[in-house]
Amino acid sequence: MTVDRKMDYLETVRSHLSSVVYPIQYLVNLPVKVGDWMSESLEARENLLKENAKLKAQNLLLKTHTQKYQSLALENQRLRGLIESPIRQGERVLVADFMAVEQESSSHKFILNKGSKNGVYIGQPIVDSSGVMGQVVHVGASSSTGMMITDSEHAIPVEVVRSGVRAIATGESIRQEMRLDYVPPESDIQEGDLLVSSGLGGHFPEGYPVGKVSEVSLHPGDNFMMIKVQPVANLAKAREVLLVWPSVSDVDIESDPGKVATR
Amino acid sequence: MVKRHNYWIVLVTFIVALMLTAMPLPDWITVWRPAWVAMVVIYWSMALPQRVSIGTAWFLGILLDVLQGSLLGQHAIGLAIVAYVTVKLHLQIRQHPLYQQSLFVGLLVAVYLSLIVWVNGIIGRPPQSWSFLMPVITSMLLWPWLFVILRDVRRRALIS
Repeated sequence: MTVDRKMDYLETVRSHLSSVVYPIQYLVNLPVKVGDWMSESLEARENLLKENAKLKAQNLLLKTHTQKYQSLALENQRLRGLIESPIRQGERVLVADFMAVEQESSSHKFILNKGSKNGVYIGQPIVDSSGVMGQVVHVGASSSTGMMITDSEHAIPVEVVRSGVRAIATGESIRQEMRLDYVPPESDIQEGDLLVSSGLGGHFPEGYPVGKVSEVSLHPGDNFMMIKVQPVANLAKAREVLLVWPSVSDVDIESDPGKVATR
Repeated sequence: MVKRHNYWIVLVTFIVALMLTAMPLPDWITVWRPAWVAMVVIYWSMALPQRVSIGTAWFLGILLDVLQGSLLGQHAIGLAIVAYVTVKLHLQIRQHPLYQQSLFVGLLVAVYLSLIVWVNGIIGRPPQSWSFLMPVITSMLLWPWLFVILRDVRRRALIS
């Protein structure tokens, strides 16, 4: 147990064993999958039409946003070229599904249906449609285990969008939220501030939303502020997530990415 | 009579126990989930102590650790201890009526859960309440049924 906690030797053993366990996970997940499929195929036609119309409208909206985004991205690249800072490439993403498999209750972990066959690696960032969800901690051949940002063993470097103050958001398993550690009292952080991943440490890609500051307090006599953060990702309800491969130039900064964001 | 080798049945019960452990349930029930794997290990190491013993329990525990994403060895050491005690005492326990067996199972499951929670505490995940002991109660209540079912399975499969 000590070896597993402190060292990486057993990771290969675990990933081989997870192939043995995968059929069990698959079987457990099967009824949920079948239920989903049934409810999808039995849905009324009007509902489907309605949903289709809604999605079309949303798609149109998103497309117009993307147009703007492309010109902005080009402009950004040009400006970066002017000041000779490295140009960031886009990230590669892969959609993964949750598997309905119960995990140990003391930690916030989940199983995804993609594994090393799909190129998933340990420490890979996981995001959903609204923000960062967590990172991959174990990889098997066709499934992998993710750890949520609210797990008490998880930490992620963040940046306040409004003021640019940097901090580290650590998970709080018990209350399903996060806290910012070691933020001096004079820092410019307010309630409602949006935190995005800062990309420092070269582990999480830069600029993904992480959480909103829900409470800022300073106890007299304390050296640091007490800051609570609510994650913006739908941690409880997510069914589909994105696995992100950060662009190469970001990763090169850090030689050992596995150790950066986990404490 | 020709001796038949139906030991795969034992394997099937272990797999079913693992599945029951991994099955997603509503939050309020999850706390009450019986320690299925521990109970099945207790049954088989009581019925077939020469076949199912500490080694099997340990390997099953490792699988459970992988399945649950806990530290490798956490469940393994718990189940190994459960199997050890059961094998040591199997001749006595077999004589007891079902409700007394339930008490014994409850005690073992309590030890098993406490060990896991203890390790969790060491690595910085202290338990939030005494609710981690709830499975002791459900395991005790379900033991008579599990015992009868597994005994029938064993007799049908002619394992001894």
